[in-house]
Amino acid sequence: MSNITPRDRTLPMLGAVLLAVIVLGPLLPKWALFLLTIAIAKGMVSLGLMLQLRAGLVSFGQALYYCIGGYTAGSLGRFFDISDMLLQMICGASAAAFVALILGFLLARYRGIFYGLLSMALSMILYGLLAKSESLGSTDGINILPSTIFGIRPVQEWVRYVVLVTGCSVAALAAALVQRYLKTPLGQLSPAIKDNEIRVEYMGASARKAIHVKYVIAAALSGIGGALAATAVGHIDPDMAYWTTSGEFIFITILAGTRSVAAPFLGAILFETIRTVAFDISPNTWQMTLGISLLLVIVFLPEGLWSLFSRRKAA
Amino acid sequence: MAEFVTVLVDGIFYSAWLFVAAVGLTLIYGVMKIVNLTHGSFYALGAYAGASFTGAWIAHGYPPMLSYAVLLAAAIIITLVFAPLIERGILRFMYAKEEVVILLITYSLFLILEDVIKLIWGVDPYFVSEPYGLLGSFDVGEMTYPTYNLILVGIAIVSGSGLTLLLQGTRIGKLLRTVIHDPEVSRAMGINVDRFYLVTFTFGSMLAAIGGAFTAPTVSVVPGLGVEIIVLSFAVVVIGGLGSLPGAALGAVIVGLVRSATIHYVPALELFVIYFVMAMVLAFRPRGLFSLAEPRKI
Amino acid sequence: MAVVLDARDLNKRFGAVTAANGVSAAIEQDSVVGLIGTNGAGKTTFINMITGYIKPDTGSIHFRGRDITALAPREITRVGICRSFQIPQLYASLSVFENMMVSLGVVLRNAGLGGFFSRGRPNVPGYDAPAEEVAERILERFGLGDYRDKNAQVLPGGVRKLLDIALTMAAKPSILLLDEPTSGVSAEEKFGMMEMVMAAVKAEGATVLFVEHDMEVVSRFAERVLAFYDGRIIADAAPEIALTDPEVKRYVVGGELHRMDEQKGAANA
Repeated sequence: MSNITPRDRTLPMLGAVLLAVIVLGPLLPKWALFLLTIAIAKGMVSLGLMLQLRAGLVSFGQALYYCIGGYTAGSLGRFFDISDMLLQMICGASAAAFVALILGFLLARYRGIFYGLLSMALSMILYGLLAKSESLGSTDGINILPSTIFGIRPVQEWVRYVVLVTGCSVAALAAALVQRYLKTPLGQLSPAIKDNEIRVEYMGASARKAIHVKYVIAAALSGIGGALAATAVGHIDPDMAYWTTSGEFIFITILAGTRSVAAPFLGAILFETIRTVAFDISPNTWQMTLGISLLLVIVFLPEGLWSLFSRRKAA
Repeated sequence: MAEFVTVLVDGIFYSAWLFVAAVGLTLIYGVMKIVNLTHGSFYALGAYAGASFTGAWIAHGYPPMLSYAVLLAAAIIITLVFAPLIERGILRFMYAKEEVVILLITYSLFLILEDVIKLIWGVDPYFVSEPYGLLGSFDVGEMTYPTYNLILVGIAIVSGSGLTLLLQGTRIGKLLRTVIHDPEVSRAMGINVDRFYLVTFTFGSMLAAIGGAFTAPTVSVVPGLGVEIIVLSFAVVVIGGLGSLPGAALGAVIVGLVRSATIHYVPALELFVIYFVMAMVLAFRPRGLFSLAEPRKI
Repeated sequence: MAVVLDARDLNKRFGAVTAANGVSAAIEQDSVVGLIGTNGAGKTTFINMITGYIKPDTGSIHFRGRDITALAPREITRVGICRSFQIPQLYASLSVFENMMVSLGVVLRNAGLGGFFSRGRPNVPGYDAPAEEVAERILERFGLGDYRDKNAQVLPGGVRKLLDIALTMAAKPSILLLDEPTSGVSAEEKFGMMEMVMAAVKAEGATVLFVEHDMEVVSRFAERVLAFYDGRIIADAAPEIALTDPEVKRYVVGGELHRMDEQKGAANA
């Protein structure tokens, strides 16, 4: 919305963060590079969830597209010997978007918990199929070819850095495009759909079509995230589509809030950090830490952590 | 023919288990309009309590035939500890929020309970197979089945018919239906809606815990037990229609028979088929097989 | 004058209830038509059929010669027929200005303007200015300037009604249907509000149909009256004729007087 961000600093901020990653990356320990890459991958999925959440929809099955992205990347390596990260992300996004385009005709008719439940069922269908498909490794999953970019295999010391910078660049570009989309009339329709769909229809717009578009964009973003996570981890398995994975993405999105396209990435970094630290301190209570954080955010910061930063006057 | 009977018998056992595990979910949704993810936690709590209480009972050398009563008592006690705490302590402050937000709140409670279970019982698996073997077995055609499986069928029938009688035939049932229809008006009429919510939540959760407790002797009780049961329960109650009691029964039978048939004929599709049926039902009857029409909006 | 909207022999039953029973009306360009009748007489059903919320069982609706009977609400909006609501339908979490901007955004989008690849600020079709300026202009015209940055949720009742109507102006409708524009507004404010609405609407050149229970408002603002009773139109004439028709007096005006007495009674109690 034009006056939510009076002077929009999102694009320079994205650029600055990307630059900071490129410059400071070599100084970071390997585990931090890995943590950031996974956070970027999950942030992409969460960005897609944010688009849906702005329209009042919570998908309990976004892991479907994360998994499609991951398995597309895996299949490219296994069946076509392709290990290029960018190509994997592009193909992951395309495959996810294609599936979403078809399923969207169904899903765009649903609202509230039924949207969540149906998306969860669809995601579990993929889980059920992958867990039993031997050519794709059943429940064990398959390994991903070592990452390359533009045909070049980075030396071992620099692989994590290269993957992170590639992922960050793609994420920054995607966030900028989503930002642009949010400013179009169709993007601005989201809170209106959430508030009052009857009015939207009588205004001459199709809420269903708008939701379908958001669903496809969200899937493409999740597909990129899945491919990036696959190449960073070097392994994929059906758990990528399990409902608890979707739960993680929802967690990140709620934690972050919907006020900025940068929020999901911040949320994802925070999530991965809480999880890593909590797991280190006490491996048996990290879920409890996450649960309590989520509860506190829902109750005390219903618009997410980002609302602490944005200065929109209370109406 | 023999194979068909096997599919049928397996399907019935599986349906009974699903019904007991899932019916509380539909009860709680029907009365309170809460999509309750802690349902899986109560299933796991029941399983752990059942396994540890019964294990201790048998280790002390008390009469093993009473272990079934111990399973039941364990499920009831553990629910009475946690359910009122959750409903009175947290959920009741959230009823004004949207359905989806309450779903997220129960999700965070589910995460918390996962670790509470680990803190109480640790991460090592529990085995108590005594109650399972105690009753011997019976034959259907050429197949032999443990008699224990009939207990869950019994619990399913008792809880299903009991709930139906309670809702249809008693004064409390009438009041409850008033509460379901309009909580605000019921409150104004002097019905203690808060108490109905507390009892419904506790009772619904207790059914999940009983399901977990009586499953405990047949599996190894490990962390993460509640994770799978949540999606399965959703499949069952969504197929039948969220909030519908006969719907949950029908959903359990459909999922039970379909799964049993798939395991026998196309084992690779075992998991796929459950969620495929769920998605198909949602696609063609978005509110499930037993559902009411949506009200007009303007 | 040219007929813009032509409803022919509309019938609609909901189970045992006949909501429309052979309703026909031809609406002329630039006219102001008042719809009267007691609750359940079929006024809102008539509006709902024209705007596509419910489909008639039989009969047809033509807009400038085009059959629009089967179109969906949003398609009917796009041909230029807009409506307001008895209960204002607003975007509760957005400010008054944002409500206006969303509506104008839809208009831009339907015209293929302001999309992902377009640059600059295109003019809103029908208005020679970009969306921000049009929004300000419409809000001023409806006296909503002071509420510009208020959240729609916190607005007083009358202001909500005004915003509900103002939102329909974004699309520059050629026909505007107002469903009880003054319901919930005090008797003293009714006339002022209708003056403002009519002036704003007429400035954009729309044909108006409005549902109204207050016969003084009807006789003051309507050029023509359609009186509904039991799903039928029992009178279709200029207000001074329609409101003195014995059938209308018996079934509509009498009912309304009784209704107003009841309301006064309730207010005094």
